[in-house]
Amino acid sequence: MKAFILRRLLSAIPTIFVVTLLVYALILLVPGHDPVTFLLGEESDAELIAYFRKEMGLDRPIHVQYAHWVGGLLTGDMGRSMRTNELITTEVVTRFKVTGELALGALVLSLLIALPIGIYSAARPNSWGDNLGTVFAIGGAALPNFWLGIMLIYLFAVHLGWLPATGYVKFFDDPIENLRRMVMPMVMTGTVSAASTMRQTRSGMLEVLKQDYIRTAHAKGLAERSVLIRHALKNAMIPVTTIMGLLVAQLLSGTAITEIMFRLPGLGQFAVKAALRRDIPALQGALVLFGSIVLLANLAVDLLYGFLDPRIRYT
Amino acid sequence: MRNEAQTYSLALPRGRMLRWFGRGSVLRRMIRRRVNAVALVVLVIIVLAGVAAPLISFYDPASTRTGPLHQGPSLDHWLGTDDIGRDIYSRLVYGARISLQVGFIAVGIALVIGVPLGLLAGFRGGVLDEVIMRVMDGIIVLPTLILALSIAAALGPSLQTVMVAIGFTNIPRYARLMRGGVLSTREFDFVLSARSIGASGRRIAFFHILPNTLQPILVQATLSIGFAILAEAGLSFLGVGTQPPTPSWGSMLQGGYGFLEINLIESFAPGIAIFATVLSVNLLGDGLREALDPRLRGT
Repeated sequence: MKAFILRRLLSAIPTIFVVTLLVYALILLVPGHDPVTFLLGEESDAELIAYFRKEMGLDRPIHVQYAHWVGGLLTGDMGRSMRTNELITTEVVTRFKVTGELALGALVLSLLIALPIGIYSAARPNSWGDNLGTVFAIGGAALPNFWLGIMLIYLFAVHLGWLPATGYVKFFDDPIENLRRMVMPMVMTGTVSAASTMRQTRSGMLEVLKQDYIRTAHAKGLAERSVLIRHALKNAMIPVTTIMGLLVAQLLSGTAITEIMFRLPGLGQFAVKAALRRDIPALQGALVLFGSIVLLANLAVDLLYGFLDPRIRYT
Repeated sequence: MRNEAQTYSLALPRGRMLRWFGRGSVLRRMIRRRVNAVALVVLVIIVLAGVAAPLISFYDPASTRTGPLHQGPSLDHWLGTDDIGRDIYSRLVYGARISLQVGFIAVGIALVIGVPLGLLAGFRGGVLDEVIMRVMDGIIVLPTLILALSIAAALGPSLQTVMVAIGFTNIPRYARLMRGGVLSTREFDFVLSARSIGASGRRIAFFHILPNTLQPILVQATLSIGFAILAEAGLSFLGVGTQPPTPSWGSMLQGGYGFLEINLIESFAPGIAIFATVLSVNLLGDGLREALDPRLRGT
């Protein structure tokens, strides 16, 4: 198992290297490859532009800039925001706590919705319940999550007045108020993921339920619940686990709009604001952190996959 | 010459023998499920509405003060008016153009770059395969919408940059799918026989392997159109997509968001339009997958 973990960790190194290259290459997309002129505008004083370029090290060749930036990343220094001059590392780490809570809540919620519906649908294929589940899965995947968010706000905040529409309270300051403010963002972010997880669970279960050992379990006279949960579910979870890495990327992607809509001070909101304000270093910092988290999630999924299916460890 | 012809008939791919119309065709199998037939009708209506937008809309979508502000549905304004008096129905109809345009062009960009990359990686193997696939892995770990947002923001917000940004984030899907297809196809007898009579690598790749791996690509492309439409709406909602006064469903939603209490339909109508379009495209994508792969029927 140790060798398996080590192999997986080593395989992540080239990917993270590529992520840093891609993220740094954003500068090349900016007109004139110059984020300072991009930020200050073409008409700004040339001396001022030259001063900022020198100050930020942008007057050096691009590969030197990249090496300097990666060197900083390795020591936990992402540089300073071009807009606020704040330390980007401090900012993104603080903000990730909010995004982490949102994404984790959305993930738990999506699993709580998807697994029971997926298992039920597979156990009773083509029944009324299964058809309803399929409608949910296909409809959920087509739903623009920001529209769902707007409708939730209209219903629960504007119309019924049960939940506050915007704002954030830290969990440790007031857990109840935190949950009241996070429930709508979590539902908004988690619904789309629930749809894809439900489909995957259903098809995984359908595949497993055809196996001989399930027939044997039925023949032994085991209760259906026991066959489904104890015998079928673990194997059916293997394909579901493989999409978990993608799911984390999807959830984090969804947090950008959710955090803007509900005014949550998270990493997604930071990335969107940095993009709109053309603050390239801040945007790069946010992207690297997002990429690293997804990569770590993929690693965790690989390890879990190896645990669920021992054959994986030896290939 | 004769050998070449023989190889060609040996290699005649399944994909080329598919019939798209008529009895027993892919289309017939796709719409055998009633829900897929409905999806096709809905999508055709949306496409026609987009194409015929100037004929079926009553006002210029950018014209302000065509009526009272925040008006509910009426005979003059079927879906009411927005905060500066623009006709919501006309904007919705013109918005279909933008959404479909982005959907098709973004997927086209991803296909044109992703498919050759996957073909090259799978066919050549070795270092080139490693490099291409590591770059694809790098793109995949970055959350799609945030990456697309970053690219669109760096290039400067516009409809074209949104298409490029969404297309770019989709490239790995096709590269991976194509590479997988190539790896499983290149050991087939018809490829080996083509190789044995001296067909060039390029010929084998483009005439023998590519047509045989196109089916899953086609299904993925259909499903990606829905994703691209959602992504465009999301980017426009965030302000880096289609710029005013061009009507886009995402920017209409964003505009209506501030007036939920006054006029719900401003947000509701574009949301339903996005939902109906993406749902139809996704259903047709699933239908196409089932029609092309008989093992999936009834699952």
